[in-house]
Amino acid sequence: MSMDEKLKTTQQEEYHHLVNRIKPKPPVLQNCIWAFVVGGLICVVGQLILNYLLGMGINKQDAGSLDAIIMVFLGALFTGLGIYDDLGQKAGAGSIVPITGFANVIVASAMEFKKEGYIFGVGAKIFSIAGPTLVFGFVASVAIGLIKLWLIQ
Amino acid sequence: MPALKKRGQQSLMFKNPPFITSWASLVGPKEGEGPWGPHFDKVFEDYLLNEESWEKAETKMLREAVIMSLSKQGLKPGDAELFLAGDLLNQIISSSYAAREINIPFLGLYGACSTMAESLLVGAVMIDGGFYQRVVAATSSHHYTAERQFRSPIEQGVQKVPSSQWTATAAGSVVLQSTGAGARITCATVGKVVDMGQTDAANMGGAMAPAAADTIKMHFKDTGRKTDYYDLIVTGDLGAVGMALAHELFIKDGLVPSPNYSDCGVLLYDGLQGVDSGGSGCGCAGCMLAGPLLHKVKNGEINRLLLVATGALMSPTSTFQGESIPGIAHAVAIENL
Repeated sequence: MSMDEKLKTTQQEEYHHLVNRIKPKPPVLQNCIWAFVVGGLICVVGQLILNYLLGMGINKQDAGSLDAIIMVFLGALFTGLGIYDDLGQKAGAGSIVPITGFANVIVASAMEFKKEGYIFGVGAKIFSIAGPTLVFGFVASVAIGLIKLWLIQ
Repeated sequence: MPALKKRGQQSLMFKNPPFITSWASLVGPKEGEGPWGPHFDKVFEDYLLNEESWEKAETKMLREAVIMSLSKQGLKPGDAELFLAGDLLNQIISSSYAAREINIPFLGLYGACSTMAESLLVGAVMIDGGFYQRVVAATSSHHYTAERQFRSPIEQGVQKVPSSQWTATAAGSVVLQSTGAGARITCATVGKVVDMGQTDAANMGGAMAPAAADTIKMHFKDTGRKTDYYDLIVTGDLGAVGMALAHELFIKDGLVPSPNYSDCGVLLYDGLQGVDSGGSGCGCAGCMLAGPLLHKVKNGEINRLLLVATGALMSPTSTFQGESIPGIAHAVAIENL
């Protein structure tokens, strides 16, 4: 490394320290409380729907699937109504982690790219954010399936 | 033959300083609600401006700003000889599509959010060089076009951090002439690309502050002017975080521009508008200059203004590839002579 490069690296490190000193820190505790409360409430809604479905005499597996479908619908609906992004600003991971958050990123992408048409807009870009979750979700499911096939059976 | 109008390494001293004869600023609803709302020429009630897409809305806003800045002198777009503009979108489409309808010779510029200063600088050189008599320098940004290009879909529920900035929905247009009355562009400093290795796309002010500090330092070194020469030194869109960093860098460089130093990103909104560190985007410096700041120069409240518009020159591609964020800043001195 030449002298100039060394000097440059030192300057960049110095500046990096300065930035970290001056940059305001996110209110981590407050964000955690928000995430806990909102995430918890979303789960409570999911649980209420599940209990209702079970009360209707639907078996446990079907009720679980129906519950997930209803929660995805609600996530999509509140995204379309322009409420979910405001919720996400407050709740952070609390509204991203539940299945409603998954619906949010897909519907938000679909709405965003509708102007570019249904093929190259909505069709091509709908999974632009959710895509990685799907890809690695599939990879994980294949891996787990293979483990089950080889080790457990 | 030595360069007659160049001073030092990076600065230009104009022999026949171009006049700023008229200007116009058009802003979106949020900017209209800010502390400078009444000082803008037009505040739009929504973000679409009766267009089909945000991109078309931004083009319309820029086009109207150009037309309005000329009409204040009773001129039509055809009366200008050259249109200099740039914006944040890929292939600077807002400017190019605005130019399509304005129908005067056009040079597209890309300096990210430094475009207001870049276009004024290039325009001033064109006029001082004797090539043109009337040039329009303009720029625009739109919150939603920038968000969808650089960040995430609008309705996606993401949490912003305190150092992030709000891209302004605004357009500014300034008419420069070789003859006329009013304030003049006396000198300018072309900035270098400065990259201090910052990679945080949620802290643009931090990435751009070193470029601003470098250009300001070079401006004073090249011109021999003192920091108290200017009534106001205003950077483009460093925001509160970037401005605090710039302060630290000024002290390191031995410059003390405060209390006559401020930043358009800090001025444009008030703290209660949920913009975190402040405003950003080409339109941030554009509308603040072509609105409140030039009005104050006209009134004589500010006689010597140094606009240092700042830009972050990354793209989503370079960010994903792990590149750091290069910053740039150009300075333009506007004075009542």
